Amino acid sequence: MTTPSTPADTPAAPGADPVAPGADPRLHTRAAGPAGYLDAARRRLAAGELGSLPVVVGLILIAVIFQSVTGHFLQADNLTNITRFIAGPGLIAVGVVFVLILGEIDLSLGSVAGASAALAAVLAVRQGVNEWIAVLAALAAATVMGLLHGLFFARVGVPAFVVTLAGMLTWSGLQEYVLGDLGTVNNRHGGLIATLDTTFLGDGDIAYAWALAVLAPALYLLAHLRTARRRTAAGLTARPTADTAIRTGALAVLTLATAYALNQDRGLPLPLVVLVGVVVLTDFVLRRTPYGRQIFAVGGGVEAARRAGVNVARVRISVFMLSAFLAGLGGLFYASQQGSADKQLGGGNVLMNAIAAAVIGGTSLFGGRGKTWSALLGILVIQSITTGLDMVHAAQAIQYMITGAVLLAAVVLDSLSRRTRTAGGRT
Amino acid sequence: MTGAPVLQLRSVSKRFGAVQALTDVDLDVHPGEVLALVGDNGAGKSTLVKTIAGVHPVDEGTITWHGRPVRLTRPQDAQALGIATVYQDLALCDNLDVIANLFLGREKRRRGLLDEVAMEQRARELLNTLAIRIPDVRTPVAALSGGQRQVVAIARALVGEPALVILDEPTAALGVEQTAQVLDLVERLRERGLGVILVSHNMADVRAVADTVAVLRLGRNNGVFPVAGTTQEQIVSAITGATDNAHARRQARHTEEEDAA
Repeated sequence: MTTPSTPADTPAAPGADPVAPGADPRLHTRAAGPAGYLDAARRRLAAGELGSLPVVVGLILIAVIFQSVTGHFLQADNLTNITRFIAGPGLIAVGVVFVLILGEIDLSLGSVAGASAALAAVLAVRQGVNEWIAVLAALAAATVMGLLHGLFFARVGVPAFVVTLAGMLTWSGLQEYVLGDLGTVNNRHGGLIATLDTTFLGDGDIAYAWALAVLAPALYLLAHLRTARRRTAAGLTARPTADTAIRTGALAVLTLATAYALNQDRGLPLPLVVLVGVVVLTDFVLRRTPYGRQIFAVGGGVEAARRAGVNVARVRISVFMLSAFLAGLGGLFYASQQGSADKQLGGGNVLMNAIAAAVIGGTSLFGGRGKTWSALLGILVIQSITTGLDMVHAAQAIQYMITGAVLLAAVVLDSLSRRTRTAGGRT
Repeated sequence: MTGAPVLQLRSVSKRFGAVQALTDVDLDVHPGEVLALVGDNGAGKSTLVKTIAGVHPVDEGTITWHGRPVRLTRPQDAQALGIATVYQDLALCDNLDVIANLFLGREKRRRGLLDEVAMEQRARELLNTLAIRIPDVRTPVAALSGGQRQVVAIARALVGEPALVILDEPTAALGVEQTAQVLDLVERLRERGLGVILVSHNMADVRAVADTVAVLRLGRNNGVFPVAGTTQEQIVSAITGATDNAHARRQARHTEEEDAA
């Protein structure tokens, strides 16, 4: 027998002196001043933290190219039209972002949009129901469709891909059934659905756009200063005031320029207000509420979330309900835009555009990462390309190919930056 | 490890279909005691830990908590009592930062919204008292090393201020330095007066930090030893069951060879 070991010579004996807490010497810390800020930004980019930079660069490129080719891409009326066109697909894309963060996919959203628009139109026009009630009923029906997807996915355990594929067929069937043999239902003239698209706040009163353009950066500044004060009071590091000032300035330039352009034409379009409002609200929910945290947790690790006490099934079901609700709302904007609800609404590339928008905007296909702002940015890219190509009278075939190439570029960027992030120690 | 046990198991039995996983198991854990739970694969360590964590309710026997009989039928029951479990697979969300992981499922709120400031403050407090060094509490945990992840997982168990912490193979996948970090942390848990159940295959770790070793064999108690004054061979033979087994034969052969030389 070997000599019995005593506790004194055991390996890996813990050190007698506890390690003092503090910063790890290997850790990069940001230097003060603008140089440190630039340095941190450069390191983030090198580590694959691209954020929305590629999309913003892409948008600028698109604007420059089409402006130089057509000469009137950046005119106020054209820009105004783009902001109206993006509401429908943008709202669907916000729902897609939620589903993607969960690490799932929803293929039914186009059909849900179509079915919801058909239900609202048939109830309001053919059945003579009050249009508000018809709209609410259609949105409720869309939410129930999402509930069904969620139940089959989260409770029964059918993969979301299959459930929503079945949903895609079922709801587009329902859409045709509801519309009946006649097919197309024109919007009630001057009714709620018809005016969704054509309304400008205050009938084109320039005050609305200016007010929002001033209010948004002001609120942003106020919120960040308050957070910084709380953090400093609590002894935590806060974002430097100069940093906040630069960001506020950039936001103000953006909002004021947008307001100026919109006011050159007919003022602030309702579709844009609805879309941006939904984006701001959902962004707040995702980042600041326990519910949003739970969505990210489920997307990052189902088992971890479950053990932490997150009701995974409830989170999943609610996300599918939310995405279907937003798709229903998006469908109404589509109907408003084209003047009618028909059998084609929500078909074709509506779903693919929404998914492409979310991904182009920077939401990861791999789950656990994303922002609802990416829906807005992505759909702006897609709509700008579509509008620009329309202006140069490019064939639909060309449009599809270019949009496809942009989507591929976005996904490649996502995969590459994911790889760099892994190498750089971030996911 | 003075005073009454924080957790006491008496004659605990658990059956899965035809398999008698646990038979009449007794176990005592005192405050400020590190109890190593050892045994061969299939000895019932995981099952026993899961009965304490409330994952598998016991079929027979009693569990007393601070001298009071309790029924643990759900993980929430155990958590509510103050039993925290750190599982082998760490169950952290890779995409969330350290703070979000620490408070996952029990986020601090302010007017219904996440209170990041309060959570970050509490997290720093907790990490400082445990002398845990994390480069940046706002990095996603995917960016951390294996040891740091383990430490975060253990720290997460402590957010709820438990009285008993169960660590399932906390050093299984770690290097030398990282193992030492985790063992340091286990010692600090003991200093804070927590009861710790350490499930481990690693005799070196067990001897380094445990006060008591409880051996399970084929679902039964097979001895409880104080670490001081017990040889590794005594523990190993308790694990393997008898002197006539592969490990003992190997030891014997080794000794014979030495004698021959």
